[in-house]
Amino acid sequence: MIQFLQQMINGLSLGSIYALIALGYTMVYGIIKLINFAHGDVYMLGAFVAFYATTFFHLNFFVALVVAMVLCGVLGVVIERIAYKPLRHATRITALITAMGVSYVLEYTTQYFAGSEVKTFPTDLLDNTAFSFGGVRITMMQIYIFVITIVLMIILTYIVNKTKMGRAMRAVSVDEDAAKLMGINVDTTISFTFFLGSCLAGVAGVLVGVYYNSINPLMGMTPGLKAFIAAVFGGIGNIPGAMIGGLFIGIAETLVTAYGSSLYKDAIVYVILILVLILKPDGLLGKNVKEKV
Amino acid sequence: MSMLSVKDLHVHYGVIEALKGVSIDVNEGEIVSLIGANGAGKTTMLQAISGIVKKSSGDIEFLGQSIYKTNPKNIVAAGLTQVPEGRRIFTGLSVYENLMMGAFLRKDKKGIEEDLQKVYKQFPILEQRINQDASTLSGGEQQMLAMGRALMAKPKLMLLDEPSMGLAPILVKEIFSIIKEINAQGTTVLLVEQNAKMALSIAHRAYVLETGKIVLSGTGEELINSPEIQKAYLGG
Ligand SMILES: Nc1ncnc2c1ncn2[C@@H]1O[C@H](COP(=O)(O)OP(=O)(O)OP(=O)(O)O)[C@@H](O)[C@H]1O
Ligand SMILES: [Mg+2]
Repeated sequence: MIQFLQQMINGLSLGSIYALIALGYTMVYGIIKLINFAHGDVYMLGAFVAFYATTFFHLNFFVALVVAMVLCGVLGVVIERIAYKPLRHATRITALITAMGVSYVLEYTTQYFAGSEVKTFPTDLLDNTAFSFGGVRITMMQIYIFVITIVLMIILTYIVNKTKMGRAMRAVSVDEDAAKLMGINVDTTISFTFFLGSCLAGVAGVLVGVYYNSINPLMGMTPGLKAFIAAVFGGIGNIPGAMIGGLFIGIAETLVTAYGSSLYKDAIVYVILILVLILKPDGLLGKNVKEKV
Repeated sequence: MSMLSVKDLHVHYGVIEALKGVSIDVNEGEIVSLIGANGAGKTTMLQAISGIVKKSSGDIEFLGQSIYKTNPKNIVAAGLTQVPEGRRIFTGLSVYENLMMGAFLRKDKKGIEEDLQKVYKQFPILEQRINQDASTLSGGEQQMLAMGRALMAKPKLMLLDEPSMGLAPILVKEIFSIIKEINAQGTTVLLVEQNAKMALSIAHRAYVLETGKIVLSGTGEELINSPEIQKAYLGG
């Protein structure tokens, strides 16, 4: 039992990270029906920004987190403007291939400037005390991950459901032309969506970088893919779905590693995904999404 | 005074010319109907006025200013809104949120609240459904929602694209009487319809569009009594 609780805690930490990344995939897909394959690389850049901010500028963790978040948000907006906006009415495969191209550009540009070797954060960055509750260990870092993720999810849910901009996001994702007829600036709304999604990815990058204390320019590939799967699992385009999907995949992966074998963890995660999609083709919370990826 | 003036408007979709030099005028306080068969270019005309489709040449003036190059947002801000063909309500958003989308550019909280009450008075069914997902409304209710949403913008000119489409005759009557009321309360109306009889009966003036060209115009009464219209559109 203790072992199981321990694994749940570890799984939730990992799952929170996947959920943060998955939110960006799902929001962008919801509004422009694009699988933004460069999203995992925005997450990677979040980790790098925080690395430089703490190592060279000696900023404290929370300041670095905010800096990384904002810079990633802006980067997301720039990527959309330069790479995706001109293709908004092109075929989806064109946009998809462009997204893959952007992903390579970000990975290898980072590699060019930062080098491909693994980097580690300053050791005294965060107080990493571990607490023990009847044998279940939880570290300060894990608590930070939970709290930051929960706070961000609450803020995001509030923005999407209660603010004017959130309403505009939902309107544009339902019907772009009808939204224009309301006086909504569709370009601004799409930029804002990229900004939010990329902010969350940036934060996820920082958290992972510090949690595992190891970053490299290709670190976005696997979590990016897993988060994408989490988004599909939850129902792509659906925000609560991405949260649940992320947590689910994080927990499943951790439990399989603990009780089965880490060799099979990815295989098992994919099998679960396939089963869910066979039973519910639109994902756990997806509804009436006619087009499939 | 001419509130909306469309001059020699041309619109192409690729090589297809959907509007071949259309000119119409809508005066302040009027209901002007634009009738025509399927594919005549009626929707294209309204989408061009609202800034949604690209125009090839011509000019459009609203309240004395050219809006030919103006973006949809500023056109709405200037007081010109549209109730689009097929309602185009926002599914997944509640009835209330749909109505508020209409007031998207407005900042006058008090005015918005007053107009919301007016819309509820005009369409009592909407008030009963405020928290319901808009997609659960019936076709007629969705049409009312689309009209209420447009009213929330407090428009000077309202464009309506086939508001009677797919509605039972009794509802068609109701929708048309609401259009008259909206007009009586001070909103100028440009109405696109295939239901020529109803559209002409409430119009001060009307135009007939055939394959991208205006072929006839006159007062509603003149057109109802015109033999060509009788034959082509009124089944007489
Ligand atoms: N997006 C588009 N791409 C290509 N052609 C189009 C497009 N939209 C409309 N058309 C063409 O332009 C012409 C006019 O279409 P429009 O929708 O304006 O007609 P309409 O008068 O509104 O018809 P209806 O009464 O059926 O709504 C038609 O021949 C139509 O096929
Ligand atoms: Mg039409």
